[in-house]
Amino acid sequence: MTRIGVVIFPGSNCEYDAASAMTELGATADFVWHTETDLSGYDGVILPGGFAHGDYLRPGALARFSPVMAAIADFAAAGGRVLGICNGFQVLTEAGLLPGALQKNKGLTFISGPTPLVVTSTKSVLTRNATLGQRLVIPINHFSGAYTCDDATFESLIAGDQIILRYEANPNGSRDDIAGIANATGNVVGLMPHPERAMSTLLGSADGRVLLEGFLGLSLVGGARDPGSL
Amino acid sequence: MIFPLVVDVTLRSGIADPEGATIERALPALGFAGVSHVRAGRTFRFDVEAPDEAAAMELAGALAHRLLSNPVIEDATVRRGES
Repeated sequence: MTRIGVVIFPGSNCEYDAASAMTELGATADFVWHTETDLSGYDGVILPGGFAHGDYLRPGALARFSPVMAAIADFAAAGGRVLGICNGFQVLTEAGLLPGALQKNKGLTFISGPTPLVVTSTKSVLTRNATLGQRLVIPINHFSGAYTCDDATFESLIAGDQIILRYEANPNGSRDDIAGIANATGNVVGLMPHPERAMSTLLGSADGRVLLEGFLGLSLVGGARDPGSL
Repeated sequence: MIFPLVVDVTLRSGIADPEGATIERALPALGFAGVSHVRAGRTFRFDVEAPDEAAAMELAGALAHRLLSNPVIEDATVRRGES
């Protein structure tokens, strides 16, 4: 059974949603406290949303120095699947595991609500089950979600087909409508929207499933696919 | 010796500054005319114990770039503080 580690920093608050989404899709989810340094035995790691270390200084700035982050860097370098959702995305950029940075929203307001996205690359563990151009409605919930990077980084994201999700209508001033990106090898992904909150049409949307099923390496017809391949 | 130092962190030029822009837009309504190019930033003050000022400045520069600022979007400068 696929085993996922859900990292908890002091101030994380979406860990139960993330773990619940994993178990609903048939995986095992364990909570991993931020002082842990051993990630052996995990097939994937999720950095959930919240306010790690109170978001003091900058979102993710202090979480980056939590002991678990060195283990996550090694895990990612070995090809392991790493997913940063919202605050988790901010942590991954601060840690240098994903390029760029997340800035305060244009308009300086906290924004929250179901948000239409477009899948713009399937070259990642998160979007490999989706189709190019697929429209997904997934909740956002953030104050610092405007993706920012220098021109050289942006060109490399384009060249590497690493912009996996864009906003249909840019809500926060994010560069080129970017909602989520992957690293060059597609095994480390970060996004501001919360796919774990879009698991059921009864609660508004089940569009998060196609992303998280991809992360777990589930094929569209059920049954496992090679989780290592993109 | 103890050296009081100050680190100023500001957004790099070319990086959008929604906070500075909002402050700038508010100024005319408050009667402040002729103010432009407002950039918001943060200041950190601390004391460093080091053998000399150069060593203190070097340590402060390292921590300013490693922790206090995100080099992707921010510049950090170190200067002397008041004791």
